[in-house]
Amino acid sequence: MRYVRPEQLRELTLVFIIIAVLAFFATQIPDYLSGRTFTRISTSVAVIAVVAVGQTLVVLTRNIDLSVGSIVGVVAYVTGTLLTNDPNLSPAVAIAVAIGLGGALGALNGLLVAYGRVPAIVTTLGTLALYRVALVELSGAKTVTTDALPSWLLDLPATSLVSLGALDIRPLVVLALLIVVIFQLGLRYLPYGRRLFAIGSNPDAAQVAGFRVQRDVFAAFLLSGALSGLAGFMFLARFGNITVVAGQGLELQAVAAVVVGGVNIFGGIGSVVGALLGATLIDLLQQSLIRWLEVSEFLRDAFLGLLILLAVASDKVILGRLRTIWVRARRERDGSAAAAEASHGA
Amino acid sequence: MGRDFVRRLGTWEGLLLAILVVVVLVNTLAVPGYLQPQNQINLVQLSVEKAIVVLAMTFVIVSGEIDLSVASVMGLAAVTVAWLSGEGAPFPLAIVIALGVGGLCGLFNGFWIAIVGLPSLAVTLAGLIGYRGIARLLIEDRSIGGFPDWFARLGQQPFLGPLPFALVVFGVLLVVAFVVLGYSGFGRYLYVLGNSLEVARFSGVRVARIRIATFTMSGLVAALAGVLLAARLGAVRGSTAEGFELDIITMVLLGGVSIFGGRGTMAGVILSILLILNLRNGLGLANITGNTQTGVIGVLLILSVLVPNLASSARTRWRRSRGAAAAAGAEGP
Repeated sequence: MRYVRPEQLRELTLVFIIIAVLAFFATQIPDYLSGRTFTRISTSVAVIAVVAVGQTLVVLTRNIDLSVGSIVGVVAYVTGTLLTNDPNLSPAVAIAVAIGLGGALGALNGLLVAYGRVPAIVTTLGTLALYRVALVELSGAKTVTTDALPSWLLDLPATSLVSLGALDIRPLVVLALLIVVIFQLGLRYLPYGRRLFAIGSNPDAAQVAGFRVQRDVFAAFLLSGALSGLAGFMFLARFGNITVVAGQGLELQAVAAVVVGGVNIFGGIGSVVGALLGATLIDLLQQSLIRWLEVSEFLRDAFLGLLILLAVASDKVILGRLRTIWVRARRERDGSAAAAEASHGA
Repeated sequence: MGRDFVRRLGTWEGLLLAILVVVVLVNTLAVPGYLQPQNQINLVQLSVEKAIVVLAMTFVIVSGEIDLSVASVMGLAAVTVAWLSGEGAPFPLAIVIALGVGGLCGLFNGFWIAIVGLPSLAVTLAGLIGYRGIARLLIEDRSIGGFPDWFARLGQQPFLGPLPFALVVFGVLLVVAFVVLGYSGFGRYLYVLGNSLEVARFSGVRVARIRIATFTMSGLVAALAGVLLAARLGAVRGSTAEGFELDIITMVLLGGVSIFGGRGTMAGVILSILLILNLRNGLGLANITGNTQTGVIGVLLILSVLVPNLASSARTRWRRSRGAAAAAGAEGP
């Protein structure tokens, strides 16, 4: 118990819930625990997870990025068009373009929020519309179609990199896991990562302590945009056909994943692994429920809304209390240790 | 007196008025007959449902909160009316139930925000998704029309003189909102809440009760607007009113209401409604598509907060440099 922080408790709980959900549906749906279920859910989680990692960085600083869905759409479309026009374009260049374009769009958000002091909700609600409008204008109602794309891209989501028994691990899934690991470690060990927590916990204190709050918040939005750009590339690889509504509503799924994963909407608390677990749980529940109840997919949104609400409420009510207990227990222990030391010294 | 007029122009409302005059002038020069009452009525009628919700949203934002779920509540209310009447319920009853559903949505938001203490951003984001989801669940991908004649007439024909019913409703609500926000105790409390929650609490203001009332009212008004929208459109789909929250929040913020709460007037909001409607109409006259118009609204939303921010920091810098110059002057000979 000594080394388990309340946040880690949250992540452990999520793992247990995911296992419980799997066990429950395994008894309900025939052939549920199969390689196909794993492939379907893991590829669909991969795209959301990468967006959710970026969203985590932004939410940690007590901001929000609602424009990610539009960024994914713009990047998927632009990259798709580039590859259609020049099929010999190397994969590295295509990915670099995707990340660069996403980063540029994210930088505009960051500029407005950090340096223009426009609240994130206003900025990203505006750019959510603006980037989508740009996409509609840019495309002239044309779509990117599968048959015009190079084969390496189309084969990407279907090839398996590693096979563990019946489970095929797709390259997109590996990429997403890699991103999660890198950012989890970065948030934990890099000074920049620690500063994001400090800024979210208390922006004024962070300012007084001499952190360059504006620069760090700007960078968080830039990274969120760049990661959404990468997700846009993955989106293109996964679907092939890109219309002007590509990625619409992804911002809501990303926010849901982050919040269910235990990232506090007031900033300062949370982890990238939590966001991944949140994304996994949501997708698992949605896909399994649709298969089990044989209800229409129209249930999805109503369910997503409820899940966000429950996650935020449980975070506030249960984890808030746990945190208080944890802090008090530690203070008492430190206090008694200090007292013991004092008596020892005397 | 001349000076007083100039000072008035220097306020946000004055700026809005000046821009509004320019936009109307340009439109009038481009299209003869632009200022005729019938054209102005048509122009307002096309967005009157949004304008009605703007009034409620002003209350919410002045109190320091936000309600992202209004467009979904509008859609849900419209869908409820269509679905219930399709299932054979008497039409007036369907309308009453739809309004009740809207009020309940608002009450539900208010409960989580005021009693449980969750941020309104998260709660109403969940509402934005969830209420839209319920609407979609009810009618899936169908489109339901075939409303009674009197309902369609209410939405599309003039009701009082040349004014359609929705416009009359808007006018009445506008007067009520103006008086309540500017001249009642409740309105005063909203400003206190928005300015400082601590002060409100320590002054014995019943914060939870006011919050719940505000959000319930927001849901109810959104539902009313949704029903009016159904009457005007004549058919309802799962995506009815989708994305309206962008226009609605833009109108409120452009009206000079601070996103942090506690600041803003109904007069500014009215000017901003008129400005945006005239701007959209003008862009439409200039053959600019609805898509680009949405882009313009997005830019306006950001500018409406960015410009005052930049102006205030420029003013601070100017004052500081003038202060420094004065100090240097005093230190001189």
